[in-house]
Order: sequence, then C-alpha cells, then structure tokens
Amino acid sequence: MSLAHAFFAIVRRDLLLALRRRSEVANPIFFFILVITLFPLGIGAKPNILQAIAPGIIWVSALLATMLSLDSLFRSDFDDGSLEQIILSPQPTSILVLAKVTAHWLVTGLPLLIVAPLLAVFLGMPNHALPALLITLLLGTPILSLIGAIGVALTIGLRRGGMILSLLVLPLYVPVLIFASNAVEIASSGLAVNAQINILISMLVMALVLAPWPTAAALKMSMS
Amino acid sequence: MAHQSTHVLEGINLSCIRDDRILFENLNFKLPAGQALLLEGKNGSGKTSLLRILCGFREADEGQVHWCGVAFDDFQYHADMAYVGHLDGVKKELTVLENLKVSLALGTPGAYSIPQALAKVQLSGYDDALVQTLSAGQKRRLSLARLLITNNILWILDEPFTSLDKQGIALIETLMTEHCANGGMIVLTSHHDIALPDVSVQHIHLS
Repeated sequence: MSLAHAFFAIVRRDLLLALRRRSEVANPIFFFILVITLFPLGIGAKPNILQAIAPGIIWVSALLATMLSLDSLFRSDFDDGSLEQIILSPQPTSILVLAKVTAHWLVTGLPLLIVAPLLAVFLGMPNHALPALLITLLLGTPILSLIGAIGVALTIGLRRGGMILSLLVLPLYVPVLIFASNAVEIASSGLAVNAQINILISMLVMALVLAPWPTAAALKMSMS
Repeated sequence: MAHQSTHVLEGINLSCIRDDRILFENLNFKLPAGQALLLEGKNGSGKTSLLRILCGFREADEGQVHWCGVAFDDFQYHADMAYVGHLDGVKKELTVLENLKVSLALGTPGAYSIPQALAKVQLSGYDDALVQTLSAGQKRRLSLARLLITNNILWILDEPFTSLDKQGIALIETLMTEHCANGGMIVLTSHHDIALPDVSVQHIHLS
C-alpha cells in the first residue's frame, strides 16, 4: 500500500486511541487552563501587570503543557511492541513518525489553540493581539511537538527519562518561546509582527523537514 | 502464493557480546526458502538477541546477515519479513479489526484477506471486540494473523507458542507448514517440542 495510506492509517489509529483514553489526553489542556487561571488569583487585581505579562504566561503554559504531554507520544507503542512493528514496516520510519507527531499535535496542540483566545481575554489582553497569539500558537506548538519527539525517542528506553527529557528539550524550546511571546507582546502594542512570524514559519519548516529523521534513528537505537 | 525460490537468509560469522559475556560467536547458517530454522538453548543463551539481530534491531558485534545474497537494506528486507516477538504489538484499546487494518496499511496485502485470516486463526466473530477483552492466547493468535494478511516470505517468531493451548499450537504448526510449502521460511525459538513433519527443520543450539 502507498505511503499516504500508511500515514493516514497511523494518524487515524492514534486519534482513535486518544478518543478511547480521553482522561489521559485531557491532562495537558487542563494543566494549561489551570495554570493560566491561577495567575490572576496570585497576582491580585492589577490589570496593568496582568496585561503586560499575559503573552509570557500563555506561552510558558503552552510550552509546559506540551512538555507534559510528550511522554505519551511513543510510550504506549514502546511498551506493547507496536513500535517494533512500525519500525519493521517497509514504509520509511521517518514519515510514520511524522504521522504520529501530527496525530499528537491534533490531540494536544490544537485544543490549546481553541481555549487560548478565551484565556487571553481573561488576562486582559487587547483584542487586536489575538490574531498574533493564534498565529504564533498555530506555528509554534507543532515545532514544540516535533522537537519534543526527538527528545522522547532518545529517552524512551530509559525507565525514568523525564528529567533528562526536559534537560534535552527545554533549551531547544527557548527560541520558539522568545520569538512567539515577543510577537504577541509587540502585537499588543499595535505594531507589525511580520518578522517574528516569518522566523517562526522558517523554524516550523525546518523542524518539519529535519526532526523526523533523528527521531526515527533514535527510535531504532532504542530498540536494541 | 507464487514466491520465487531464490530467497535465502544467511548468517555469516555472527557474534553477539552482551555485558562482557559472549552469547555466541562464529555462528553460520544458511536458510533457503521452504525451510525452518529452530533456535534452541536455555534462558539467556542469546536466542532473542539473535532474532533481534536478524530483524535489524541490533547490530551483530561481528559478522553479517545476508538476505538473498547481499547485506540487507531496510526497505527490501522489511518488505519481505514479518516479526512476532514477546510483545504482541497490538493496541489493547482498539478492536481486532482496527488493529489488523493498521498492520495491513503498514505492509503490503498478502495471500489472505482480513476475514479469511481471522477465520484461519479461529477468531471469526471477534472483529469488533476490543483487544483488551481477549484472552492471552487469543491475543497471540491475533498477532499471528498479522503474518497472514501481509505479504512476507520470512517469518521471525519469538516463542510463538507462549500462552497457546494444544489446539492453538496445532493450528500454528499447520500455518507454518503451509507457509513453508508455499516457499516461505521461518526462524523461530521455542521451548515447546514442535511437530513439523513436512518441513525440513534446521537446528541451531546456542549454549
């Protein structure tokens, strides 16, 4: 069967799996909502401060929520042997890995996009900054998933790889965080953010093209 | 199934070293189409390690595995082989049918359709059952059904008879005999005595 067929079979399988274990999948989005709603309570009734730090809060929470969800990317497939079968498929592993990351983003990244505008209003972010927030999340969260996949693939063989995973992945997340939250902040003050958006686009394209290969190679290594 | 009879799996001077222990060295074998290779040896003697080397998961510390006379490249080799290991490789939250459809999408369609394969492993009527509701033996038979629906010549089976009852074992033996008669080949490990009267079986004893 064709490569596209295999790609969509994996995406479909992972979405079905997510549907059948909803509670596990809902964790990151709950975390995202909880962290953001706690900030106004902690800081108190100071709308100016909240408004100023809103882009940072939303982006840091999105980043941590993604980190929280990373382990589920390959863990169950590794534990029940499905990963062996995926690697033994005659289809290129990197493309199948991309299918898994796509499904993972649809389940964990896309919901962040849907609730983010609501939370932004909650933090008092001006309305004209919302498009920038959505675009940065749309471009940024897939980058986080793609880079995270490399880290997970490298640490999947370790029983307690959580700490190493965050050490590996966080430094690579920093550029996304800087450009994305900076774009939202500048958009809040009414200026153009083309430059930041372009940089995020180029990062996404690079991650799409370059991340699946090391992920596939690292998964193969974890099998031995 | 019209397989070419040119397929041959060769191990040349294979060695495997694990934690400073030599599991095996200078292991040579040549498995032509239509034959089976049974690996014997006590626990920890390197049977599974050898199978994983043959799958390409591990590299042999020395020596090479040749498929059809050349060191295998992943693409052609993976299209020609199938592996059933200790882990069933099926998702317990999916139904029997959904699992097999994914396996089919990952490989190339083989001699049997999904309903035919399920009938063959006596799982007809379980199409829409979640795998987590199946017994261990049924799960094993499901993972063996994967071998039937995809097109492959070489079966690599790690303890295929685990958790199967007598009837199940007889069933798998029939499937293996058929596979070899059709020009396939099998590498397997087993603690059970296997009865494959119509297949020429090579033995390798690892110690």
